[in-house]
Amino acid sequence: MMNQRVRTMMEESVLPPLVALVVALVAGDLLIMAYGQAPGVVWRTLLEGTWGNSYGFGQVLYKATTLTCTGLAVAVGLRAGLFNIGAEGQLAAGGFGAAVVGLMLPAGTPWLIAVTLCVLAAALAGGAVGSVPGILRARFGAHEVIITIMLNFVVLALLNYLVSAKLHVPETLHTPEIHAGAVPRLSSAFAAFHGSAANWTIVIVLLAAALVWGFLFRTRAGYELRAVGLQSDAAEYAGIRSGRVWFNALTMSGALAGLGGINFVLGYKNYYEDGFTGGAGFLGIAVALIGRNNPVGVVLAALFFATLSQGGLAINAMVPKQIVEVLQGIVILAVATAVPEVRRLLRGSMQRRKASS
Amino acid sequence: MSVLLFLAQTLRIAVPYLFAASGGAIAERAGVVSLTLEGFMLGGAFGAVMGAYYTGNAWLGMLCGIAAGLLLGTIHALASIRFRADQVVVGVAINLFSVGITRFFLQLSFGSSSNSPRVVGFGSGSGGGSAAFLANPLVWLGLAVIPVLAFVVNKTRFGLRVRAVGEHPQAAASVGVPVNKVRYIAVIASGALAALGGVYLALDQHQFTDSMTAGRGFIALAAVIFGRWDPLRAGVACLLFAAAETLQIQLQAAQIIPSQFVAMIPYVLTIVAVAGVVGRSTPPAALGKTSE
Repeated sequence: MMNQRVRTMMEESVLPPLVALVVALVAGDLLIMAYGQAPGVVWRTLLEGTWGNSYGFGQVLYKATTLTCTGLAVAVGLRAGLFNIGAEGQLAAGGFGAAVVGLMLPAGTPWLIAVTLCVLAAALAGGAVGSVPGILRARFGAHEVIITIMLNFVVLALLNYLVSAKLHVPETLHTPEIHAGAVPRLSSAFAAFHGSAANWTIVIVLLAAALVWGFLFRTRAGYELRAVGLQSDAAEYAGIRSGRVWFNALTMSGALAGLGGINFVLGYKNYYEDGFTGGAGFLGIAVALIGRNNPVGVVLAALFFATLSQGGLAINAMVPKQIVEVLQGIVILAVATAVPEVRRLLRGSMQRRKASS
Repeated sequence: MSVLLFLAQTLRIAVPYLFAASGGAIAERAGVVSLTLEGFMLGGAFGAVMGAYYTGNAWLGMLCGIAAGLLLGTIHALASIRFRADQVVVGVAINLFSVGITRFFLQLSFGSSSNSPRVVGFGSGSGGGSAAFLANPLVWLGLAVIPVLAFVVNKTRFGLRVRAVGEHPQAAASVGVPVNKVRYIAVIASGALAALGGVYLALDQHQFTDSMTAGRGFIALAAVIFGRWDPLRAGVACLLFAAAETLQIQLQAAQIIPSQFVAMIPYVLTIVAVAGVVGRSTPPAALGKTSE
């Protein structure tokens, strides 16, 4: 029995990040050598530029904050058996929602009220986008993968129109600065973070991660969501209405992705800018995959990908920073292929051992 | 503006869609999700420019582009079929990988992260001439690819097998169809076909620019879905989407409808089609499921 638990833990928690790390190191070595550099020196520079100094670490925290949100979004969807690849559009919508509310509020609005309203607006805007595939899935059985991909383009085009035609500061593609709801940088309390974009929205996001964990594993609705994700027919038979769970899951997923928008809008630039998402929505898929759809894992995986992303900038003088994008692709591919394979091998060897004994 | 000019412009925009959609149609009909079209196109475009740059010959460039597509298609096939990885995840990974690897080698080969030098290609490369693009052999290939694919899928033994493994792999296997082999062929072919769309773009513009496919692979995927996974209908959807784009370019000066709304048309139509409001679009039954 103990053996069983240890093996499950190995498969679920240890294996994916291990595969990710090993593959990133090996593939990275090859690419670095292809560029005529010494891998050891490049990796050391990458670590020094991320975890080795407080500015770099601040940037890692900043990037991990957004990735945690998009990772949680994808994870909640997958727990319900649904693949939300619309986090990119939902993240943008969330940022836009926060910016619009921040612009509408008068300058003197009490801080706590302003931040609360902006955060709610981000989650609502993302949730609204997420509810579309939710309704279409629940009512018509439309495949959420197709809907969320297509919706990404629709939402991004719509936001581009709203910003460029209605709200932008001349000569730019961003809105004016919000009047209320700005969240201070971490450097306001820890001077060492000076210059980095890390800000206090990280607390809100970590709180959200904790709430998602509590929801998934400690509430009835979370149990129902996971039951539908594992076997929707069986859940239906047990009296759970799958359609409703699907709708709630996708809406919640969208809201979590949207929440990520506060990191940039409230915490960093204080305005919405076209294209600020920069692929963080898609990377959320990788974060959820390596984090095994568990909120704790998601936070750790977000730190991993944020380190890679910031590390790319640190080593750009030696190797083109694009190496990081290549590594991200390879890592996702490796985890997606190797983990089920190794699991099958482990199962196979167990069964053989049982058969022979 | 003349009707002919409108048609010419539409055709010019449609060619890469036609290639990529034909790739998407065959892979998805065989039951493998084709989120990778964008990555295949980008790989094809980059391969074509590298080939044309180092050999000085546009045809050899085209072959290099196809080779890049075959390589990416093989990765997709191995991950999805041999390793039974989640095909959506694989798609996202390959797209990300393609953007990164093309940028990396752009930097490595030409010292620029935004564009390659000018290479030989097909046609003048200026993009202005109304009918000059017809001199590009890839245009004709692009127009032929959909009818040919429709014939292959609907009328040949191989096509029947493709449809069978996409709808009911167990049944296909029980009558002796080598399910995985058919899927391998379909997915690797989709890599080459979609890559040709990228080859066309690159050799038409005579250079590679960073992320030059700009979401065209997803428009092609939308066309496949909007065309209910039927090659001919998908081809018509490509032409329809291209016509909308042409209209948008023509109307831009007039400012009647904001360009962003015209850009949404393919995606909105696809969402409506999949939701089944008018004429339900139903995917192949075994799409995304790899048989045990």
